[in-house]
Amino acid sequence: MTTTSHFWLMVLYALFVSVVFAVLMRDDPREQVRSAGLMTLAFVGVAYVLGWLMYPFPL
Amino acid sequence: MGSKSTAAERPRAGAEPGRLALVCILAWLIPGAGHLLQKRRDKGLVFLVAIPLMFAIGLWLSGRLFPLEWSDPLVFLGAIADRGVGLPYLIARLMDAGAGTVTDQSYEYGNTFLMTAGLLNFLVILDAFDIAMGRKTPGNLSERAGGTGAKAPAQR
Repeated sequence: MTTTSHFWLMVLYALFVSVVFAVLMRDDPREQVRSAGLMTLAFVGVAYVLGWLMYPFPL
Repeated sequence: MGSKSTAAERPRAGAEPGRLALVCILAWLIPGAGHLLQKRRDKGLVFLVAIPLMFAIGLWLSGRLFPLEWSDPLVFLGAIADRGVGLPYLIARLMDAGAGTVTDQSYEYGNTFLMTAGLLNFLVILDAFDIAMGRKTPGNLSERAGGTGAKAPAQR
Protein backbone atom coordinates (compact mmCIF):
# COMPACT_ATOMS: atom_id res chain seq x y z
CA MET A 1 0.00 0.00 0.00
CA THR A 2 1.48 3.27 -1.07
CA THR A 3 0.38 6.20 1.04
CA THR A 4 1.14 9.54 -0.56
CA SER A 5 -0.28 13.04 -0.58
CA HIS A 6 -2.37 13.73 -3.67
CA PHE A 7 -1.20 17.34 -3.69
CA TRP A 8 2.50 16.47 -3.65
CA LEU A 9 2.02 13.81 -6.31
CA MET A 10 0.42 16.48 -8.47
CA VAL A 11 3.36 18.81 -7.82
CA LEU A 12 5.81 16.01 -8.68
CA TYR A 13 3.91 15.22 -11.88
CA ALA A 14 3.84 18.90 -12.87
CA LEU A 15 7.56 19.19 -12.19
CA PHE A 16 8.50 16.21 -14.39
CA VAL A 17 6.31 17.28 -17.30
CA SER A 18 7.49 20.90 -17.04
CA VAL A 19 11.16 19.92 -17.00
CA VAL A 20 10.82 17.77 -20.13
CA PHE A 21 8.75 20.40 -21.96
CA ALA A 22 11.15 23.20 -21.00
CA VAL A 23 14.20 21.23 -22.15
CA LEU A 24 12.45 20.39 -25.42
CA MET A 25 11.34 23.96 -26.04
CA ARG A 26 14.36 26.00 -24.94
CA ASP A 27 18.05 25.77 -25.68
CA ASP A 28 19.52 28.15 -23.11
CA PRO A 29 19.86 26.51 -19.64
CA ARG A 30 18.73 29.67 -17.85
CA GLU A 31 15.61 29.87 -20.02
CA GLN A 32 14.98 26.17 -19.47
CA VAL A 33 14.98 26.65 -15.68
CA ARG A 34 12.74 29.71 -15.93
CA SER A 35 10.28 27.99 -18.28
CA ALA A 36 10.17 24.84 -16.14
CA GLY A 37 9.47 26.89 -13.02
CA LEU A 38 6.74 28.92 -14.65
CA MET A 39 5.12 25.85 -16.17
CA THR A 40 5.18 23.99 -12.85
CA LEU A 41 3.55 26.96 -11.11
CA ALA A 42 0.96 27.22 -13.88
CA PHE A 43 0.15 23.49 -13.74
CA VAL A 44 -0.22 23.48 -9.96
CA GLY A 45 -2.04 26.84 -9.80
CA VAL A 46 -4.61 25.90 -12.44
CA ALA A 47 -5.20 22.47 -10.90
CA TYR A 48 -5.60 24.04 -7.43
CA VAL A 49 -8.10 26.64 -8.67
CA LEU A 50 -10.04 24.07 -10.70
CA GLY A 51 -10.12 21.78 -7.66
CA TRP A 52 -11.74 24.47 -5.54
CA LEU A 53 -14.14 25.46 -8.33
CA MET A 54 -15.32 21.86 -8.59
CA TYR A 55 -15.58 21.44 -4.82
CA PRO A 56 -19.29 22.42 -4.47
CA PHE A 57 -20.42 20.10 -7.29
CA PRO A 58 -21.26 16.51 -6.44
CA LEU A 59 -20.25 13.91 -9.04
CA MET B 1 22.87 32.32 -38.92
CA GLY B 2 20.96 35.48 -39.73
CA SER B 3 20.62 34.80 -43.45
CA LYS B 4 17.63 32.96 -44.84
CA SER B 5 18.02 29.44 -46.13
CA THR B 6 15.86 27.21 -48.23
CA ALA B 7 15.01 23.58 -47.64
CA ALA B 8 17.67 22.59 -50.18
CA GLU B 9 20.33 24.58 -48.30
CA ARG B 10 19.60 23.13 -44.88
CA PRO B 11 22.13 20.64 -43.53
CA ARG B 12 21.27 17.17 -44.71
CA ALA B 13 24.19 15.25 -43.22
CA GLY B 14 21.98 13.40 -40.75
CA ALA B 15 19.09 12.72 -43.07
CA GLU B 16 20.22 9.31 -44.34
CA PRO B 17 17.43 6.77 -43.72
CA GLY B 18 19.74 4.36 -41.89
CA ARG B 19 20.93 7.00 -39.45
CA LEU B 20 17.42 8.35 -38.97
CA ALA B 21 16.18 4.87 -38.10
CA LEU B 22 19.08 4.35 -35.70
CA VAL B 23 18.41 7.68 -33.97
CA CYS B 24 14.69 6.95 -33.61
CA ILE B 25 15.14 3.36 -32.38
CA LEU B 26 17.84 4.38 -29.89
CA ALA B 27 15.76 7.35 -28.75
CA TRP B 28 12.82 5.01 -28.12
CA LEU B 29 14.88 2.30 -26.44
CA ILE B 30 16.83 4.61 -24.11
CA PRO B 31 15.15 7.96 -23.40
CA GLY B 32 17.59 10.73 -24.32
CA ALA B 33 19.93 8.48 -26.31
CA GLY B 34 18.86 10.10 -29.59
CA HIS B 35 20.03 13.46 -28.26
CA LEU B 36 23.23 12.05 -26.77
CA LEU B 37 24.04 10.43 -30.12
CA GLN B 38 23.72 13.83 -31.78
CA LYS B 39 25.94 15.59 -29.23
CA ARG B 40 23.06 17.27 -27.37
CA ARG B 41 24.52 16.02 -24.12
CA ASP B 42 22.71 18.25 -21.63
CA LYS B 43 19.27 17.65 -23.09
CA GLY B 44 19.95 13.94 -23.45
CA LEU B 45 21.02 13.62 -19.82
CA VAL B 46 17.89 15.40 -18.57
CA PHE B 47 15.68 13.02 -20.57
CA LEU B 48 17.76 10.02 -19.53
CA VAL B 49 17.11 10.82 -15.86
CA ALA B 50 13.63 12.38 -15.90
CA ILE B 51 11.69 9.93 -18.06
CA PRO B 52 12.84 6.61 -16.53
CA LEU B 53 12.49 8.16 -13.06
CA MET B 54 8.92 9.17 -13.84
CA PHE B 55 8.26 5.63 -15.07
CA ALA B 56 9.78 4.14 -11.91
CA ILE B 57 7.63 6.40 -9.72
CA GLY B 58 4.60 5.20 -11.68
CA LEU B 59 5.49 1.60 -10.84
CA TRP B 60 6.09 2.53 -7.19
CA LEU B 61 2.64 4.12 -7.09
CA SER B 62 1.08 0.75 -8.02
CA GLY B 63 0.38 1.74 -11.61
CA ARG B 64 -0.51 -0.88 -14.20
CA LEU B 65 1.22 -1.66 -17.48
CA PHE B 66 -1.76 -2.20 -19.72
CA PRO B 67 -1.99 -5.12 -22.18
CA LEU B 68 -2.56 -4.50 -25.89
CA GLU B 69 -6.27 -5.18 -25.83
CA TRP B 70 -8.15 -4.32 -29.03
CA SER B 71 -11.58 -4.80 -27.44
CA ASP B 72 -11.10 -1.82 -25.11
CA PRO B 73 -9.80 1.23 -27.04
CA LEU B 74 -8.81 3.20 -23.92
CA VAL B 75 -6.78 0.30 -22.53
CA PHE B 76 -5.21 -0.13 -25.96
CA LEU B 77 -4.19 3.54 -26.10
CA GLY B 78 -2.84 3.28 -22.56
CA ALA B 79 -0.80 0.26 -23.61
CA ILE B 80 0.71 2.20 -26.53
CA ALA B 81 1.60 5.06 -24.17
CA ASP B 82 3.20 2.64 -21.67
CA ARG B 83 5.37 1.12 -24.39
CA GLY B 84 6.67 4.52 -25.46
CA VAL B 85 9.26 4.55 -22.71
CA GLY B 86 11.30 1.72 -24.30
CA LEU B 87 13.84 -0.24 -22.27
CA PRO B 88 12.42 0.62 -18.81
CA TYR B 89 9.12 -0.89 -19.97
CA LEU B 90 10.83 -4.08 -21.18
CA ILE B 91 12.76 -4.38 -17.91
CA ALA B 92 9.57 -3.87 -15.89
CA ARG B 93 7.83 -6.62 -17.89
CA LEU B 94 10.77 -8.98 -17.36
CA MET B 95 10.59 -8.31 -13.63
CA ASP B 96 6.81 -8.87 -13.60
CA ALA B 97 6.33 -5.34 -12.32
CA GLY B 98 3.36 -3.16 -13.24
CA ALA B 99 0.58 -5.55 -12.31
CA GLY B 100 -1.28 -2.61 -10.76
CA THR B 101 -3.22 -2.57 -7.50
CA VAL B 102 -6.65 -1.17 -8.27
CA THR B 103 -7.53 -0.75 -4.60
CA ASP B 104 -4.46 1.36 -3.89
CA GLN B 105 -5.27 5.05 -3.56
CA SER B 106 -2.33 5.95 -5.79
CA TYR B 107 -3.31 3.51 -8.59
CA GLU B 108 -4.60 6.22 -10.96
CA TYR B 109 -1.59 8.40 -10.21
CA GLY B 110 0.66 5.47 -11.03
CA ASN B 111 -1.08 4.91 -14.35
CA THR B 112 -0.80 8.61 -15.16
CA PHE B 113 2.93 8.67 -14.40
CA LEU B 114 3.54 5.51 -16.46
CA MET B 115 1.59 6.68 -19.50
CA THR B 116 2.94 10.23 -19.38
CA ALA B 117 6.53 8.96 -19.25
CA GLY B 118 5.88 7.02 -22.48
CA LEU B 119 4.13 9.93 -24.18
CA LEU B 120 6.89 12.35 -23.22
CA ASN B 121 9.41 9.94 -24.72
CA PHE B 122 7.43 10.00 -27.99
CA LEU B 123 7.92 13.80 -28.02
CA VAL B 124 11.62 13.33 -27.27
CA ILE B 125 11.90 10.87 -30.19
CA LEU B 126 10.27 13.41 -32.52
CA ASP B 127 12.69 16.08 -31.30
CA ALA B 128 15.66 13.77 -31.94
CA PHE B 129 14.24 13.06 -35.41
CA ASP B 130 13.97 16.79 -36.16
CA ILE B 131 17.57 17.33 -35.06
CA ALA B 132 18.72 14.44 -37.27
CA MET B 133 16.84 15.99 -40.20
CA GLY B 134 18.64 19.29 -39.67
CA ARG B 135 15.41 21.11 -38.85
CA LYS B 136 16.69 22.34 -35.52
CA THR B 137 19.69 24.50 -34.88
CA PRO B 138 20.44 25.91 -31.42
CA GLY B 139 18.36 29.01 -30.87
CA ASN B 140 15.66 28.73 -33.51
CA LEU B 141 13.10 27.01 -31.33
CA SER B 142 13.57 29.46 -28.45
CA GLU B 143 12.90 32.30 -30.83
CA ARG B 144 9.78 30.69 -32.23
CA ALA B 145 8.52 30.15 -28.69
CA GLY B 146 9.09 33.81 -27.81
CA GLY B 147 12.50 33.42 -26.21
CA THR B 148 15.70 35.36 -26.78
CA GLY B 149 17.62 32.78 -28.77
CA ALA B 150 19.85 33.69 -31.68
CA LYS B 151 18.21 34.63 -34.94
CA ALA B 152 17.28 31.50 -36.81
CA PRO B 153 17.17 30.64 -40.46
CA ALA B 154 13.71 30.67 -42.02
CA GLN B 155 11.90 27.37 -41.56
CA ARG B 156 10.06 25.91 -44.56
